[in-house]
Amino acid sequence: MEYIAQVAFIALAAFGIYWFSRNILRIRRNILLGKDEMLNDRSGERWKNMLLMAVGQKKMFRNVPVALLHLIVYAGFIIINIEVLEIVLDGALGTHRVFMEPLGRFYTFLINAFELLALAVIVACVIFLVRRNIIKLKRFISADLDGWPRSDANYILITEIVLMSLFLIMNAADSTVNGRFLISGEIAPLFSGMSDSTLHTIERTAWWLHIIGIFAFLNYLPYSKHLHIMLAFPNAYYARLQPMGQMENMPSVQNEVLYMMQPELAPTGEAQPMKFGAKDVQDLSWKSLLDAYSCTECGRCSAACPANLTGKKLSPRKIMMDTRDRLEEVGKHIDAAGNIKDDGKSLLHDYITVEELRACTTCNACVQECPVGISPLHIILELRRSLVMEESNAPQEWNGMFSNIENNFAPWKFSPEERDAWAQS
Amino acid sequence: MHVTTMAEMAARGETPEVLFWVGCSGSFDQRAQKITKAFVTILDKVGVKYAILGKEEMCTGDPARRAGNEFLFQMMAYQNIQVLNGYEIKKIVTACPHCFNIFKNEYPALGGNYEVIHHATFLQQLIDEGRIVVPAGGAYKGKKITYHDSCYLGRANQIYEAPRKVLEALDAALVEMKRCRSNGLCCGAGGAQMFKEEENGHTRINIERADEALATGAQVIASACPFCNTMLTDGVKNREKENEVEVLDIAELVASYL
Repeated sequence: MEYIAQVAFIALAAFGIYWFSRNILRIRRNILLGKDEMLNDRSGERWKNMLLMAVGQKKMFRNVPVALLHLIVYAGFIIINIEVLEIVLDGALGTHRVFMEPLGRFYTFLINAFELLALAVIVACVIFLVRRNIIKLKRFISADLDGWPRSDANYILITEIVLMSLFLIMNAADSTVNGRFLISGEIAPLFSGMSDSTLHTIERTAWWLHIIGIFAFLNYLPYSKHLHIMLAFPNAYYARLQPMGQMENMPSVQNEVLYMMQPELAPTGEAQPMKFGAKDVQDLSWKSLLDAYSCTECGRCSAACPANLTGKKLSPRKIMMDTRDRLEEVGKHIDAAGNIKDDGKSLLHDYITVEELRACTTCNACVQECPVGISPLHIILELRRSLVMEESNAPQEWNGMFSNIENNFAPWKFSPEERDAWAQS
Repeated sequence: MHVTTMAEMAARGETPEVLFWVGCSGSFDQRAQKITKAFVTILDKVGVKYAILGKEEMCTGDPARRAGNEFLFQMMAYQNIQVLNGYEIKKIVTACPHCFNIFKNEYPALGGNYEVIHHATFLQQLIDEGRIVVPAGGAYKGKKITYHDSCYLGRANQIYEAPRKVLEALDAALVEMKRCRSNGLCCGAGGAQMFKEEENGHTRINIERADEALATGAQVIASACPFCNTMLTDGVKNREKENEVEVLDIAELVASYL
């Protein structure tokens, strides 16, 4: 009989880990649908970026109070997971607090630290809920988040509060620790007068709910913006290292122009059909797709976007969310049919409209703001390339600007003969 | 004013210390021409040996590339690089952050490798080296000046301090806008927006930015980009403050002392 709990626990853990791995591999497959981009160079700088941006949360500290709250939740989440190691061992071995005896007083110190963090996490999550739902900060009430994304954010915060509470209740109801820990010791009097068996039931219930909650949360990640707690690390590592002002070169077009100017260099034979820019997710770099899955939907990008804050439709956050949603859709087609099927839809037009793309000033404020190193601008510019080069879709003024540059070598209709007229006057 | 072209200099068998890349705005836009002239005045006074390409200069292709027209960009880049490499140009100075960005970051991949310096950095160096001496108690002493960061100088290339050091050298009282340096708000011209109407919104970007600049109470809004200058000038006019507040390039401010 006593083995039933152990067997149940091992089955739960195995299934939780299996299902999570399955989803992560599916996400990896989706990201690799993107085009190649070499981002393996300068590993020293990349490790440094990862340490500063992902581990050290450097960019979060552009707003110190919020950064501190986030740091508590982040540190709490990681550090309290050390306690999960004990829970997993207990669950699998059928022991109870396997580290308590061997660690002695250090164990008390550890659990005290975890409990303090757990309380801090609860407080921070409550503040975050208030910011989202009562204070209603602009970036949180934006239409970008209507529907699932807004609920997603609240579910995460509520789940964190519940998990931390279960951890504290579990300790408070545990008669083997005699209320010796800092926070749960304060809660323990609530349970005074209860019989040992009731206490035991409460403790066991909290223990099981806590660990079931953790496995459920793990499996929730791949469906949620909360996936950033994992992907922020690779995303920061693979962040582009060139200056923000540098646009990706298109060697195919460069060669095309070279052969036009110097026909003797052109290779003989049929030219390969080319596709310019990105119309759909698989035309984007894999890094842009990793960006999309790493996005936390925090909206710092859109809050800084000059187009967005003057009321234009463009929202860099929506660009990232659209890319992720479209990629998920394409992924589902692959799951169902085994290959990318043409569903008559594309990222461009069906998800992201021309009006949004046109409003971008390429100012890089969104790239600057992103705490996890995402570049919405990269996607915007690739889609613009497709619009102009594949569809000849440009506003009339831009077509005029193009023809002026081509014919008069300046974006305005002035004669090239007049270029140095300023020096004569 | 006579400005030597590369063709003239090459004919004399001479090479310039630096090529001054004027850019389309600086060449054709009437307001920006004043910035060009101010910068040339400084170069002349300081005795920098420079040349311009004159009629051989062409658009770098920046607005075409940002709008999505890579073909046109590559064509312009090819032609410019042919001319620059033909003259064996080593060093370029420009008063336009967009030209600066493209020379610094995007031409190298196409075979155009030059040392490129924006005029903000160039002016700062001239001041540091003592080649420009600002007389004490000049016209801008103690005046409130706010500096607007150009995106292509600031975030794009991390140049935040050089233009501010130039302004400090004028003994002016530098006041910062709420959104400055890496938080700076765009003027609304970048990404080829200069050449089309804005999309529908509740306000224009240049007006949003001009309001922020005006809120500092500065008498001068300084910029280091001809496009920012145009956008902010329009924004200030829209608020009917053009008689109280000037929008000036840092080169114009420096030249006013010489």
